[in-house]
Amino acid sequence: MTDTLFTDLAIFVLALLVGFEVIGKIPSALHTPMMSGANAIHGVVVAGAIAITAFANSPVGYVLTAIAAALAAANVVGGYVVTDRMLRMFDRPKVDAKATNSTENHS
Amino acid sequence: MTALAWVTGIVYLGAATCFVVGLHQMRTPSTARRGNLISASGMAAAIVITAIVLLIGGEGDWIGWTALVGGLAVGGIFGAVRARTVKMTDVPQLISLFNAVGGGAAAAVAIADFLHRTAGIIVPLAASIPIVLDVLIGAVTLSGSLIAAGKLQGTIPGRAIQFRGARLVNLIVVGIAVVAGVLTILLPHNPALLLALLVAALAFGVLMVLPIGGADAPVVVSLLNAFTGLAVAMAGFVIGNQAMIIAGGLVGAAGTILTLQMAAAMNRSVLSILLGGFGAVAPTGPVIEGPGSANVRAVDADDVGIQLAYAQHVMFVPGYGLAAGQAQHELADLAKVLTDHGIDVKYAIHPVAGRMPGHMNVLLAEANVPYSQMLQLDDANAAFPGCDIALVVGANDVTNPAARRSGNPVSGMPILDVDQAKAVVVIKRSMSPGYAGIANDLYSDPKTGMLFADAKKGLADITAAVKQYLTT
Repeated sequence: MTDTLFTDLAIFVLALLVGFEVIGKIPSALHTPMMSGANAIHGVVVAGAIAITAFANSPVGYVLTAIAAALAAANVVGGYVVTDRMLRMFDRPKVDAKATNSTENHS
Repeated sequence: MTALAWVTGIVYLGAATCFVVGLHQMRTPSTARRGNLISASGMAAAIVITAIVLLIGGEGDWIGWTALVGGLAVGGIFGAVRARTVKMTDVPQLISLFNAVGGGAAAAVAIADFLHRTAGIIVPLAASIPIVLDVLIGAVTLSGSLIAAGKLQGTIPGRAIQFRGARLVNLIVVGIAVVAGVLTILLPHNPALLLALLVAALAFGVLMVLPIGGADAPVVVSLLNAFTGLAVAMAGFVIGNQAMIIAGGLVGAAGTILTLQMAAAMNRSVLSILLGGFGAVAPTGPVIEGPGSANVRAVDADDVGIQLAYAQHVMFVPGYGLAAGQAQHELADLAKVLTDHGIDVKYAIHPVAGRMPGHMNVLLAEANVPYSQMLQLDDANAAFPGCDIALVVGANDVTNPAARRSGNPVSGMPILDVDQAKAVVVIKRSMSPGYAGIANDLYSDPKTGMLFADAKKGLADITAAVKQYLTT
């Protein structure tokens, strides 16, 4: 086992633990945006698509680069945009709620 | 380490920090949006530095760069357009689609790396193991997520699709995948073996998800989200990219936790949901009629209108039917009429209400419902006894008091104690049972009135009726 591999493994395991710790605290009301946000984070595979461009030198290599780039870009762009759309709705000022709560009687 | 390697390492570390901080900020609705933006900026930095390193190194030829930029543009535009135009009710299948493409991209990265290696030479274990795992997990995620998205969208029948001999086919496919994977690791570089692994994994993804019922599809989406994370982490091992390893690990953990929580809220184990897909699923038994489906009291919108108009505390219980019928705006309209007249309105939201956990909160937020009115399971159950009327729209199994008894499919499931409210009204199209296949005791409770209507129309009628009594 090389040093690099060991470092990478340690980082991976620690990332898993951090993930468990952070996600466990998110209320179920925000689970959909959270899942969508996590979904966007795995769009980091774009970095992988860029990396394989370095040694693409055959038709198969070019095609794989294009496929990886297109799929990864859809993941990362779409993931962040749709998460933001959802969270923007949660973030809106709720003025009328406070106004109506102060009204006491009806009919 | 060269200066550039240092800079790259620092930027990746910063990106990873952004991902963690971003997820952390999703704990409250007021910081969640900022969290997502922090995560996105970390992502942008990681992507830009990766491209810069490649440019400075002068690597890749012009065709490769064209393929990269073209691919990024096509994918990016597709993703942005879909994300901007998707209806909020359809978000679960979009997430599934993004899982599919993420898994596919990770697999493509591993395949490209593998093909780049010299034929006839054994690939070192440190590379071959993650390559095999990446192709396996990535391909299963790609095909499985597409099937799950199709089921949620309705383009593929939501029911469990099974066929004779499915078990045997599964065994053969898994066998091929395992053999091809192990041989790829042990034998000298051979693209044919990796291709066999890819095809078998793609087939397995389809076979795994097809037999899973539509109601369980969200659990599978969450599980596949975890898979995509792991595939991306494996791709990170393959090309030695630590940003991918960290991000993949984070998402793998996130998806796993969510899957477990979701399964618990549905009273199922993840294993039983998946094994259900491996040919062992019990045939849906005959519908067990409740003790008194004849004792059900039907009410009309006018009755409900009076009840609501004279109530002080009202609890709405929205469920899957509301999401499917896209009636969240009608529900919010009714709430507005009531709150405008000083009636206290709250929403009781089960963790799995809607089409995935937390989905109902998104739908209600879209309809401008304040976050403070949405009560989670425990808070809602504490509030039910003080409610004059609980209005159930499209929720079934999660309101069934039978869950408190033993010996039935919903036993032990966490439920909303709707039957504790002083009066209950259920809007439902028919008496058909929910996913658990049993009658809901709540419906035959003497204090429950059933309004047989489509969610949208029923709510609109009630709102009209309430207005009559409130405006005078």
